[in-house]
Amino acid sequence: MIHSRNLPFVTTLAILIIAYALCVLQFPNMLSTRVIGNLLTDNAFLGIAAVGMTFVILSGGIDLSIGSVIAFTSVFVAVMVGTLGVHPLIAFAAVLVISTLFGCMMGAMIRYLGIPPFVVTLAGMFLARGAAYLISTESVPISHPMIDAIQGFYFRFPGGGRLTALAMLMLLVFIVGAFVAGRTRFGANVYAIGGNQQSAELMGVPVGSTTVGIYALSGFLSGLAGIAYTLYTSSGYSLATVGVELDAIAAVVIGGTLLTGGVGLVAGTFVGILIQGLIQTYIVFDGTLSSWWTKIVIGILLFVFIVLQRGIIWYSNRKLAEGRLKEV
Amino acid sequence: MTDSTSLLEARGIGKAFLGITALDNVDFTLERGEIHALLGENGAGKSTLIKILTGVYTRDHGTMRLDGVEVTPASVAEAQALGIGTVYQEVNLLENLTVAENLFLGRQPRKLGLIDRREMRRRSKALLARYGLDIDVDALLSSYSVAIRQIVAIARAVDLSGKVLVLDEPTASLDTHEVEMLFSVLRRLREDGLGIIIITHFLNQVYAVADRVTVLRNGRLVGTRRLSELPRLELISMMLGRELQHITREHQAQEETVADTAEAPIRFAGYGKRGSVAPFDLDIRPGEVVGIAGLLGSGRTETAFLLFGIDRADSGTASVDNQDIALSSPEAAIAKGFGFCPEERKTDGIIGDFSVADNIALALQARQGWAKPISSREKRTLAENFIKSLDIRPADTERPIKFLSGGNQQKAILARWLATEPRLLILDEPTRGIDIGAHAEILKMIERLCTEGMSLVVISSELEELTAVAHRVIVLSDRRHVAELSGDQVTADNIMQAIAASARTEAA
Repeated sequence: MIHSRNLPFVTTLAILIIAYALCVLQFPNMLSTRVIGNLLTDNAFLGIAAVGMTFVILSGGIDLSIGSVIAFTSVFVAVMVGTLGVHPLIAFAAVLVISTLFGCMMGAMIRYLGIPPFVVTLAGMFLARGAAYLISTESVPISHPMIDAIQGFYFRFPGGGRLTALAMLMLLVFIVGAFVAGRTRFGANVYAIGGNQQSAELMGVPVGSTTVGIYALSGFLSGLAGIAYTLYTSSGYSLATVGVELDAIAAVVIGGTLLTGGVGLVAGTFVGILIQGLIQTYIVFDGTLSSWWTKIVIGILLFVFIVLQRGIIWYSNRKLAEGRLKEV
Repeated sequence: MTDSTSLLEARGIGKAFLGITALDNVDFTLERGEIHALLGENGAGKSTLIKILTGVYTRDHGTMRLDGVEVTPASVAEAQALGIGTVYQEVNLLENLTVAENLFLGRQPRKLGLIDRREMRRRSKALLARYGLDIDVDALLSSYSVAIRQIVAIARAVDLSGKVLVLDEPTASLDTHEVEMLFSVLRRLREDGLGIIIITHFLNQVYAVADRVTVLRNGRLVGTRRLSELPRLELISMMLGRELQHITREHQAQEETVADTAEAPIRFAGYGKRGSVAPFDLDIRPGEVVGIAGLLGSGRTETAFLLFGIDRADSGTASVDNQDIALSSPEAAIAKGFGFCPEERKTDGIIGDFSVADNIALALQARQGWAKPISSREKRTLAENFIKSLDIRPADTERPIKFLSGGNQQKAILARWLATEPRLLILDEPTRGIDIGAHAEILKMIERLCTEGMSLVVISSELEELTAVAHRVIVLSDRRHVAELSGDQVTADNIMQAIAASARTEAA
């Protein structure tokens, strides 16, 4: 039996399968490991960032700084490696520490100063974007034997598709993310805070450290997404990835997570990413459609999902009320 | 009560907020294997005492011993670790989690660092089986009824703490059958030696389940008594603060001003709303003060909400001057010349950041409609008149009203309605939380208004206040109008008798 709380996820999955089947009917070539491999690689950085966003939204918050942190990371890494000649691993480590601390700081402000997440992360968004411009306003190319090696690494699917290092990184992040959300106390605390922060606090959930942890995780994953983006484009550019946070939010919501927090699955976000990627792929295959159709379809899907979620809440409330009437 | 091995013993507890005393020198003792009811009207200090015992507030004075050892819990978690668990009325568990997740939040069984869901399910089943519940622990908590949620919350609290269980209004939204289910759980826990504190305002439930009762009033201890030796009437008099003695009415002089013969222009017939107040008849004559008495939760405020159109009645008719009217909203009620001063002055009455003048002009502006704004000069004149006639202090029309004392805020709200020259003014607890001087002034004002021909409905939990101002008193119990007293019958004694009588028939 499908639990009503899993209904949004199941719906999303059904939409993905149906949409993919329709695409394949029109363009049989879309049913290939090549298309799937490219889809995973092209959306790797977005997927990684969306996992962090899933935790934030599950806790009832929002993180608007993601796109800027990705841009900052890519410029930072590109300048460190491309211009200053630092070893990529050191640059990666440094930038992950910075982005994690950045997330920590935002989480602490949200929790201890009582400022809404929207405002704090909006400030974070401007701050990170500004810092990126400060480092360089140019597009900085990057080349290093190790980076070339990572970019060249892949497993070959039967049928010619490639599972690249970036795609593997994203899949790994999703798997670890799903375990953290579903099988750890930290994950349980995130759901608890998203359900009702006051109740969670009265039940002994460490709200402070969990909140800081959530935004630190989101910061870390934004940094990781930035590294993935740098590897994907072989460059760093401070004007890049504007609005990626909104794509991530869209993926999370289409994946069935309630924007009000407390309900959702990391796996749902993965499906959300795949749906966005599928639409883009379809547009490429079609060749005549403007790429803005991606935005239009995402917009429609978002509307559908918000209405669907409302409907489910309304339906389960009504069923509960009916159940009570029967008891009396 | 000098038993040194009492489970929980609090002595001389005192607490003040911003210089206002909420609890004054209260003693409280809880034995092992006892269900102890804590009673009192709104603002009596029940919740303050509970919050001190459970670590939400820290006490200013007094000592607290658990098992003979002095303790000072600084947080809910600390109280829990000491053995004191709480189940709150509303803010309770997390509806978005499953039953098992709720039971084990923060202490989930783990294997290799990951939550062991199978073990958690098994333990949840075992835990709930002790309470006679066999439910799907993997279903969301929100899919179960309030009664089951309540038992899950109790199971969690007892499993976590295990010595003292505090229940804050646990039966407020349960039906009779569910209440019985909850009580059998409580009785079993009592047999296990747990000490249980229950806050409720249903007297029948107190008698049904509790062993002893402690009554608080105005932040002071009235007494702790064994219920088997305490007649209902005496308990009510402990709560309402009136020793049983005949009190003569203090305003005989006004009696003549109300002509009994006159046809009542404002009439409610069979007026009621399911689940809120049972249908009642009420006629209100000009220059008459109708008091509404009853214990907390008896339907006092609900009656006022119906009269003022905040809640819509689903039975009966209302008429003014023999014309049927539909009170579909407060706006409609205001158009008919009704006014209402709510109980929660701070949240429902004043707009704190608005000036005194703006607050006074509010209802008049609402009646005129937004198309005809009241100029700031008119507003100031209006405010100045009322500040003078009602003696509102400080006499500053432009001061934000939140900086005024409670009594002066109440006068300003009265002024707001008087400005609309209402024919019926409903006052819900008009003297709550104001000092004695202002208290007397407001009562005097009520008397003056009715001599000017205005009709008033006054709701109060202070019986002396009601008997002092009201010509007639409607007594409410369990959301029904159970008695109407008029003339010489209006005494605190009679009101309490009426409440007790209805409670007794209820129990029978």
